[in-house]
Amino acid sequence: MVNHIFTDTGSSSFTEFVRSHAPDLLPGRNETLASPVGDQIPHATTIVAATCAGGVVIAGDRRATSGNIISQRDMEKVFRTDDHSGMGIAGAASTGIELARLYQVELEHYEKREGRTLSVKGKANRLATMIRGNLPMAMQGLVVVPLFVAYDPDAEGGRIFSYDVGGGPYEQRHHHAIGSGSIFARGALKKLYREGASPEDTVLTAVHALYDAADDDSATGGPDLIRRIWPVVAVITADGFHRLSDEEVAGYVQTVVDTRTNLPDGPTAPLR
Amino acid sequence: MPFGYVSPEQQMRDKADYARKGIARGRSVVVLQYEDGILFVAPNPSRALHKISEIYDKIGFAAVGRYNEFEALRLGGIRYADINGYTYARDDVTARGLANLYAQNLGQIFTESLKPFEVEIVVAEVGDTADEDHIYRLTFDGSVFDEAGLVAMGGQADAVAGRLKERYRDGLPLAEALDAALFALTEPGGERPPAGQLEVAVLDRNRPHRKFLRLNGPRLERLLAETPSAAPAPETPETGASQEARTAPEGDIDTGSGG
Repeated sequence: MVNHIFTDTGSSSFTEFVRSHAPDLLPGRNETLASPVGDQIPHATTIVAATCAGGVVIAGDRRATSGNIISQRDMEKVFRTDDHSGMGIAGAASTGIELARLYQVELEHYEKREGRTLSVKGKANRLATMIRGNLPMAMQGLVVVPLFVAYDPDAEGGRIFSYDVGGGPYEQRHHHAIGSGSIFARGALKKLYREGASPEDTVLTAVHALYDAADDDSATGGPDLIRRIWPVVAVITADGFHRLSDEEVAGYVQTVVDTRTNLPDGPTAPLR
Repeated sequence: MPFGYVSPEQQMRDKADYARKGIARGRSVVVLQYEDGILFVAPNPSRALHKISEIYDKIGFAAVGRYNEFEALRLGGIRYADINGYTYARDDVTARGLANLYAQNLGQIFTESLKPFEVEIVVAEVGDTADEDHIYRLTFDGSVFDEAGLVAMGGQADAVAGRLKERYRDGLPLAEALDAALFALTEPGGERPPAGQLEVAVLDRNRPHRKFLRLNGPRLERLLAETPSAAPAPETPETGASQEARTAPEGDIDTGSGG
């Protein structure tokens, strides 16, 4: 154990080290399951992301479902991965959380060993490799796909990357959504997104998009006014990763709810 | 050429002398507590080859001696911390565990290898309060010393530690702590190294997530400008250090955890 830690210091990848040191800690072991798992395990649903002036906004609802059962009302699906990046997960919740944890350590491990952070492209590619490693499990029902967002100092703005079960990354312009409610969220984003809008306005856009997703998708949770459970929202700018406090999000949610009280379908976009 | 029998005592003594000489050739590094945590200062003209490093959320590392040897220890320490934090939880990674790992590794190398590691290292952990801070110093033979308040290692460690104790008090503000460190690292009458020749970092207990922060560039320039001038205005020296910061024990080899 001791010697293993001090020898073979060739790679700065945490995942590669764990694979040789303690492979049972890694997600996506290639054991064949007796039968594919599907609806029995909790699934995470909708994540939205949109670029804003000087950064990017990412938000996720709080519901996890097992088939038609709501298994959790306050799940966290949006994670800080390092100072200038974050990810949201859709699909098998357990695999997604494990993947996010591993990826956080992967980025930090590289940064500490090398004394520099990976480039945004490097971070996106690294995540693609990890998703691809999960492909055998995905084929058996443990599907997980992330949405990765980062602030790019060279572009002085935010970037968004999506993935499929085979990896990726696919860079998305302006905005994107993943998960079962994403069809509806994307429609809302198309109509409400304004290029170069302030982070505040972009957060409002994201909360509207999540509201529309919850409106039409039973697996996506809307804002729970009774229990005061709000979406998780984070803004990433040059100043770093900032997760909005519950009080901050409550303000945006209230604005959205007030709007919808008068216009149940939300703001209308001008035709011309 | 053949040579006769060399007793184990003599072998160990020779190894220890060899290591001590190697370490004494390098410049000193000082680590001390300040108001918000722990400060690391090393004269180091290189911007790429670090003597001071982050290991984990609350844990920092400083070393003197042969670069390739302490770099291997640093990388191993990061691996140890990351895999333990990933296996259990982030709060389960401690400086004490890391110090034990280093002690085992250094002790094994000292007894079994022909050439001992020519390094001395500090593993420091910042707590929620100053009382919960830990500073461990490890010598080339695997001995561990639990230091209080301040530590100096490397060339002229005794003289540097002596000067540091003159200026050190518990709970110094950052600028004054840096001033004390620079006073200690500068020969009397010598020129203080400019910002470009210094490697400075802190473990700041008030930071979120990762407490380690490198101070360089304009931030370090500003901080150096804030330090009380080099004019000696010594307070009544309250030595917060309960132990002498010595390099490895002289004379007979002490491979236990002395100190």
